[in-house]
Amino acid sequence: MVASATDGGGAKPLPLLSIGATPSPLVRSGLQVSSLLIPLLLWTVISALELVDGKFLPSPAAVLESLASMAREGILFQDIVASTGRVFAGFFLATLVAVPLGICMGVYPAICALCEPLIAMLRYMPAAAFIPLLIIYLGIGEEPKIALIFLGTVYFNVLMVMDAVKFVPKELIETTLTLGGRGRQVLVQVVARYSLPSIIDTLRINIATSWNLVVVAELVAAEVGLGKRIQLAQRFFRTDQIFAELIVLGLIGFAIDMGFRLLLRLSCRWAL
Amino acid sequence: MELQVRHLGKTFGSGQHRKEVLRDISFALRSGEFLSLVGSSGSGKSTILRLIAGLEQPSSGQVRVDGQAVQGPGPDRGMVFQKYSLYPWLSAAENVAFGMRLQGLPQRDINERTAYFLEVVGLQDAARKLPRELSGGMQQRVAIARTLATNPKVLLLDEPFGALDLQIREAMQDFLLQLWQRTGLTVLLITHDVEEALVLAQRVHVLAPHPGRIVSTVEVDLDKSDLNQLRLSPAFLEKRRTLAGVLRQLEPALV
Ligand SMILES: Nc1ncnc2c1ncn2[C@@H]1O[C@H](COP(=O)(O)OP(=O)(O)OP(=O)(O)O)[C@@H](O)[C@H]1O
Ligand SMILES: [Mg+2]
Repeated sequence: MVASATDGGGAKPLPLLSIGATPSPLVRSGLQVSSLLIPLLLWTVISALELVDGKFLPSPAAVLESLASMAREGILFQDIVASTGRVFAGFFLATLVAVPLGICMGVYPAICALCEPLIAMLRYMPAAAFIPLLIIYLGIGEEPKIALIFLGTVYFNVLMVMDAVKFVPKELIETTLTLGGRGRQVLVQVVARYSLPSIIDTLRINIATSWNLVVVAELVAAEVGLGKRIQLAQRFFRTDQIFAELIVLGLIGFAIDMGFRLLLRLSCRWAL
Repeated sequence: MELQVRHLGKTFGSGQHRKEVLRDISFALRSGEFLSLVGSSGSGKSTILRLIAGLEQPSSGQVRVDGQAVQGPGPDRGMVFQKYSLYPWLSAAENVAFGMRLQGLPQRDINERTAYFLEVVGLQDAARKLPRELSGGMQQRVAIARTLATNPKVLLLDEPFGALDLQIREAMQDFLLQLWQRTGLTVLLITHDVEEALVLAQRVHVLAPHPGRIVSTVEVDLDKSDLNQLRLSPAFLEKRRTLAGVLRQLEPALV
């Protein structure tokens, strides 16, 4: 008999690191909080003891102060709007192309054969390597940044949606045909609907890439944006600002992730 | 209505991978009849049903419904599969309504017919439940109701109770037989279970494998008023033994 951590009675819980062990909810929350708290504590201690020059490692208080002052001046808000706007625009376009194309590739082997080799190759061309071309073609406005985010995510979205679609049971598609369903009805009402949870999850994972790319794009040419601010801060040796912007980047990314999880929960109760 | 299967043959693949799965299958099914095909695994039972449903094209021969050659899938031939038969995001009632929605029936008719067919399969109380909240037997009943709701001329069942455990399977057999007796459906049931075929069908075609072909036909003229009694009656057991013997002989020696 293998001991189970969820056994009631006097059964001794499994050691936390044995396979199959699930920590109790309390232990779990404790671990999750520690995950953020321990680094913060280390950081506070290191800067309080002045183990590292404050110019290189600003104290949490200094970072907070810098965050507050950027918020007061309205810079922070401006940067957030600029960066998230670019991410959403580029990623929205990528989704608009990727979801229908991925579904068609998953359902029709002919379309898959036509598109997959090209996409499989394009996907290995680093999006950042397209920046010079994009600047030549599109200038230095918003367009090249949005295009970069589009290019950096569209291929992965297509391939992952295509894979998700291949998990739709053949029986379900065939049942729909024998119930009188036509091509479009099958694609939209059955294939897309069945794959919706996986599609949402795909988008959740891939939007992280656009979040990385927006910073790259802004480093090259931008007036505002979280990435741009980091570059400016470097010029003036404002490590406190860099830290502040990094934390904001992390928090927004985390919020987007949670947003997608919430969307999944609300729209696909049946799959949870 | 008449369903005619004429000299049907099916070969998959070509060259080295060529595999003849069905050879010269012919039979007919008329309105109100209950026909069963039995055969061992791999004898091509599902392929026959898929050809009739229009989900595959025959290599030779034809399937005709009322004289018209079958070109592709259509709601006049309703199909119920063994697994994955329901849309998991829709409630039982919405599943039943789905086929009628696809065909664009008026909402009022859809509501009426949904309620009616849920009642026919005895699931009016489970209307709002999601498939995963239903037992395997209930799920298959919803699938049958959904197919019936689109008013098919013939109901094609591909081992619909094959994934259920024995007790539920017997209950579902009772259910299907009563449904047939009450509503005058036309049913083509595929199974590898000899007992299931004999309990339900009026006529049983036996399929030999490699390639699949009909080698004998059994008429089942037994009293089916009480299935539990039937299952134990000497006449039934005798028929069952004979049929099982026929099937066993068709199997190449099992190692
Ligand atoms: N699309 C296909 N391509 C190639 N071979 C196929 C295809 N579909 C079925 N076959 C082959 O045809 C044979 C018969 O398959 P079929 O599914 O009709 O058998 P079955 O009698 O329904 O078996 P089971 O009882 O296991 O469901 C099998 O050997 C199978 O491998
Ligand atoms: Mg089969």
